Amino acid sequence: MEAVLHDSHHEDHPTGLMRWFTTTNHKDIGSLYLWFSLLMFFFAGTLAMLIRAELFQPGIQIVQPQIFNQLTSMHGLIMIFGAIMPALVGFANWQIPLMIGAPDMAFPRMNNWSFWLLPVAAILLSTSFFVPGGAMAGGWTMYPPLYIQGGISYDMTILAVHIMGLSSIMGAINIIVTVLNLRAPGMTLMKMPLFVWTWLITAFLLVAVMPVLASVVTMLLTDRHFGTHFFNAAGGGDPIMYQHIFWTFGHPEVYIMILPAFGIISTIIPTFARKKLFGYTSMVYAVAAIAGLSFMVWAHHMFTTGMPVAGQLYFMYATMLISVPTGVKVFNWVATLWKGSISFETPMLFALAFVCLFTIGGFSGLVVSIVPVDIQLQDTYYVVAHFHYVLFSGSAMAIMGGIYYWLPKWTGHMYDETLGRIHFWLTAIAFNVTFFPMHFLGLAGMPRRIPDYALQFADFNRLVSLGSFVLGASQLIFLYVVVKCIRGGAKAGDRPWEGAETLEWSLSSPPPYHSFTVAPEVK
Amino acid sequence: MRLRKPRTIRPPSLLAIVLLLPLAALADFQFPLNLQKPVTIVGREIYDLNTVINWICAGIFVVVFIPMFYALWHHRKSLGHQPHHFHENSKLETLWTIVPFLVLIGIAIPTTAVVVDMKDTSKPDMTVKVTGRQWKWEYEYLGQEVKYISTLATSRDQVNNKAPKSEHYLLEVDKPLVVPTGQKVRLVFTSADVIHAWWVPALGVKQDAIPGFLRDAWIKVDEPGTYRGQCAELCGVDHGYMPIVVEAVPPAKFAAWMDQQKTQLAEAKAAASKEYALAELVAMGEKVYKTNCVSCHQANGQGLPPAFPPLDNSKVVTGAIEGHLSTVFHGRPGTAMQAFGPQLSDLDIAAVVTYERNSWHNKTGNAVQPREVAALRK
Repeated sequence: MEAVLHDSHHEDHPTGLMRWFTTTNHKDIGSLYLWFSLLMFFFAGTLAMLIRAELFQPGIQIVQPQIFNQLTSMHGLIMIFGAIMPALVGFANWQIPLMIGAPDMAFPRMNNWSFWLLPVAAILLSTSFFVPGGAMAGGWTMYPPLYIQGGISYDMTILAVHIMGLSSIMGAINIIVTVLNLRAPGMTLMKMPLFVWTWLITAFLLVAVMPVLASVVTMLLTDRHFGTHFFNAAGGGDPIMYQHIFWTFGHPEVYIMILPAFGIISTIIPTFARKKLFGYTSMVYAVAAIAGLSFMVWAHHMFTTGMPVAGQLYFMYATMLISVPTGVKVFNWVATLWKGSISFETPMLFALAFVCLFTIGGFSGLVVSIVPVDIQLQDTYYVVAHFHYVLFSGSAMAIMGGIYYWLPKWTGHMYDETLGRIHFWLTAIAFNVTFFPMHFLGLAGMPRRIPDYALQFADFNRLVSLGSFVLGASQLIFLYVVVKCIRGGAKAGDRPWEGAETLEWSLSSPPPYHSFTVAPEVK
Repeated sequence: MRLRKPRTIRPPSLLAIVLLLPLAALADFQFPLNLQKPVTIVGREIYDLNTVINWICAGIFVVVFIPMFYALWHHRKSLGHQPHHFHENSKLETLWTIVPFLVLIGIAIPTTAVVVDMKDTSKPDMTVKVTGRQWKWEYEYLGQEVKYISTLATSRDQVNNKAPKSEHYLLEVDKPLVVPTGQKVRLVFTSADVIHAWWVPALGVKQDAIPGFLRDAWIKVDEPGTYRGQCAELCGVDHGYMPIVVEAVPPAKFAAWMDQQKTQLAEAKAAASKEYALAELVAMGEKVYKTNCVSCHQANGQGLPPAFPPLDNSKVVTGAIEGHLSTVFHGRPGTAMQAFGPQLSDLDIAAVVTYERNSWHNKTGNAVQPREVAALRK
């Protein structure tokens, strides 16, 4: 009797808006992160649609160059910090406690604060379009001295980056402490689901590099307003030093966005191949190796700054090395599929597309790691193609696959499989129509970040823009499927995927508001 | 004369027409698929490296994805395939760690040679200093006292779709960089404001131009021709509008060109000592304004506040001549306003200042003479 009362007390929570403002529940906060991410995804996606509308044909039609630069800069910044990272943190919040048998995250109140900082940063960034001079237009990389020339929105951007960094650091600490301390009895580190492993390593990356980003934007701020000359040669500084510090953050950041995606894919593929993940141990080591190498390759973003021969060679060799552990992961996924019993539900379709398309992004990454070839391709559409293959068909499509995979668990309903597949095929085809021709544009000599282009690039650009409009519109199907699934649908049951073996599937769907109040025993 | 009976179109040929029509339409389209044709040694080495690496990637792609698609086809649940239970194989895992490593070494060896070659700027036949400015390039032939600015030649009307676009839309300049063929030309890069990048694909050179620092690269162009490129580093509003054109000419023609440049410079010096009428200055100034000022301060003089203030009814422009002239000559440190003193001739500065003081709602009636600018140079 006492136990029952105790439980019902815990199910109590404020309702309406207050529930979401005051929540310390990892599931609520996970949902907040995911909704926030979806909103930002559509916002930054709309900016991309405007970019592509302007680039539909040569000449200036829709937006002036000044606005165009604002669109490209904010598209990048918001997609990275507003869409992809919060989505992955949303997965961490929902899934890590469920997968390791913990009742919640280690620091629930800090968890609330990590989330609620994000809307503040988002408001700063989105309102900066309306201040005098418009939004930040210096590129998401914020290179000085160009950045020093900007107006008030540039300061708002710095402040927003600080706030988002703060949120990320707190989120990361929370994840590290949760994973290291709150695992169910019997769940040793090497028994953890690979998704948890990827997030543990990612969290360490975040704690290591977010302060670096915060420092470098603070230096920008003091150069702008307080008379320092960190990046001004006339005062004894060096603009290239900014790039070194920025990419010391920036390259690990790339892996922050992809490692949890690896984790999601490594969860989906075994489920629908009905076979254990091949080479679990080597997968863990590969993720750790990629994370370690990510600190040693930053200057490959800077080959055209004109480093000495020795510098170029070192950064080239180190960068090439990354393809070894990345290759191991792809081989392991293929070996997991081999002699499985494979079915093709929507999450699996996304996972398989991820393996193919991310590999293409990996190959173009190898191409641009080759210094002489990078000299031709740096700052061209080839690079735009490359990072969209790893960030859209990589991270974003892994996130979509993960949403389809866990929605039945989170909502208790099955999503609409037909619509899910339509969403997948439209996304996968339109993605390739949009981004594959960009490789050719880059090779042919079209620089990135230009609002207008020479006539020989016109036909490919029209094709790319058409593809992007379909890609953008297809995401409305995704929104519809998610909302429909939350509002109702066939009952999912505790374990809708027969091949799923992690702990969350032992709970009801949706799981109780407080799960694993008694730790499960893991054998 | 009897008319010939029209031939009937038979179904197979009809089919061929239907199939070929889209192809014929496509023939008008341009779909460039590879790097531009290189005309330097380094350019060719880069081209070949890119080809080799793409074939290696294609090979790996096939080797990895044939088994994957085989499994997706044959090991389907719908075919009743039962899952096997292996999930480790240390021999296989070691193999696919070591083999890629060896492939990488295979790629790294020839690449290293190209990097060393690319960076060897020693023993040049001549040196040109390239300075990036928002949004134009300045070329200075070191030791020759020839120096000029190269800006976009495409008109704003073409950009704003008010005039048909020319063949080399956005890739044409008023004065190209001229280099002799067959000679090693060292290019030294710097910038006067923000970071730019000088990129000509056919020459295989892309080098950032960094304010306060010098970086170099080299070219040796095989065949005469015109090679076009663009700034590749985001440098502000008109980043898309600062093209690069390099004209490679035989050495004899180059020498003649160089002589002509020196004569022109001498003539310009002589022109600067003359007195000009207001109308003359305004007409010349309008041209200077259109190439140098219009992207920030706009054709109507309204600017793009707050970064780029209006000139129409501006206190600086309608105030004392000295203040106006000094702003144009020295720039405004800490803002986007550049110092035009080192970039433009005395006559150009006098003309543009006169134009600004007598355009839009500004009606000062002042005619600023080149000697007033020359006084600032002392």
